[in-house]
Amino acid sequence: MTVFAVAPALPLHTAGKYVAAAYIVFVVLILVYVAIMAVRLRRTERGLAQLRDEVAAREADRADERDLEEVA
Amino acid sequence: MSSYSRGLRGLTIATVATIAAALALVFFYAPLDADQGFIQKIFYVHVPLAIVSLCGFVLGGLFAVGHLRTGDRRWDMRSYVAIHMSLIFTVGGLITGSIWAKASWGHWWEWSDPTLVSYLIVFLLYATYQPLRFSIEDPERQARYASVFAVVAGAFVPMNFIAVRLSQGFVHPRVLTLTGGRLPGSMQLTFGISLLGIALLFATLWKYELAAKSTRMQLRRLRRAVLGEDAVRPLGRSAAPS
Repeated sequence: MTVFAVAPALPLHTAGKYVAAAYIVFVVLILVYVAIMAVRLRRTERGLAQLRDEVAAREADRADERDLEEVA
Repeated sequence: MSSYSRGLRGLTIATVATIAAALALVFFYAPLDADQGFIQKIFYVHVPLAIVSLCGFVLGGLFAVGHLRTGDRRWDMRSYVAIHMSLIFTVGGLITGSIWAKASWGHWWEWSDPTLVSYLIVFLLYATYQPLRFSIEDPERQARYASVFAVVAGAFVPMNFIAVRLSQGFVHPRVLTLTGGRLPGSMQLTFGISLLGIALLFATLWKYELAAKSTRMQLRRLRRAVLGEDAVRPLGRSAAPS
């Protein structure tokens, strides 16, 4: 609290809303960017999981074929 | 792991620490400006955003030179992401500048000020970069034409800056000069840390986006190699390098 009391730069008069708006714009820009990147990352992760499933399914098919050949 | 993600964690920590330090200095250390008072605090976010965005455009031009010289598409990707990031930072610079103009001059925009108008011209010039890329379907040609654009526009940025500095009729204050400017030491320190923080933020987001794009490309290649050409859906027309 003492820090806030002696801080020379927090006179929240009319200028306060403009300064707050400028810094909020900065933060919002970064947040929107990070949110878009997070959505894309999730899409990549989904693609990777899909690929992993497909590779596993193919390996299982191949193992079944090998077993059938050995039995024959 | 993508080579772009190497060192990303350290860079992110440095960015967060520097921006936190900059904010602390802005609000608890830097004195109030004698002329503008509290409104001048916008200076510490607006000016670094403008400087870093303009440097990013020049950087995009330098990467594009790398692409034109070597033909390596990774340089085109670096150039594309640098210009993309710079556009986002320019939007931030324009909006924060506009808020400052309203608070300080009473208008959201001042058409008679060369600094503001030239910055808007640079933004509008680069706003054509993505549509230019999108209009060219062939990826090789798209990369080449975009690189030529990035080099020419990148050269325009410093020339434009010098022309504005030489102009006489301005209302924009001149506080940063090669001889040290008119800022007191505490404000110079705060501004320096703010500029460093925004520059680090640019570098972090640039690497982050490159790492994400590179990972997506590797995933596509892996899918094609493992499952065959039919398993990969053809990419639609895109402005981004593929």
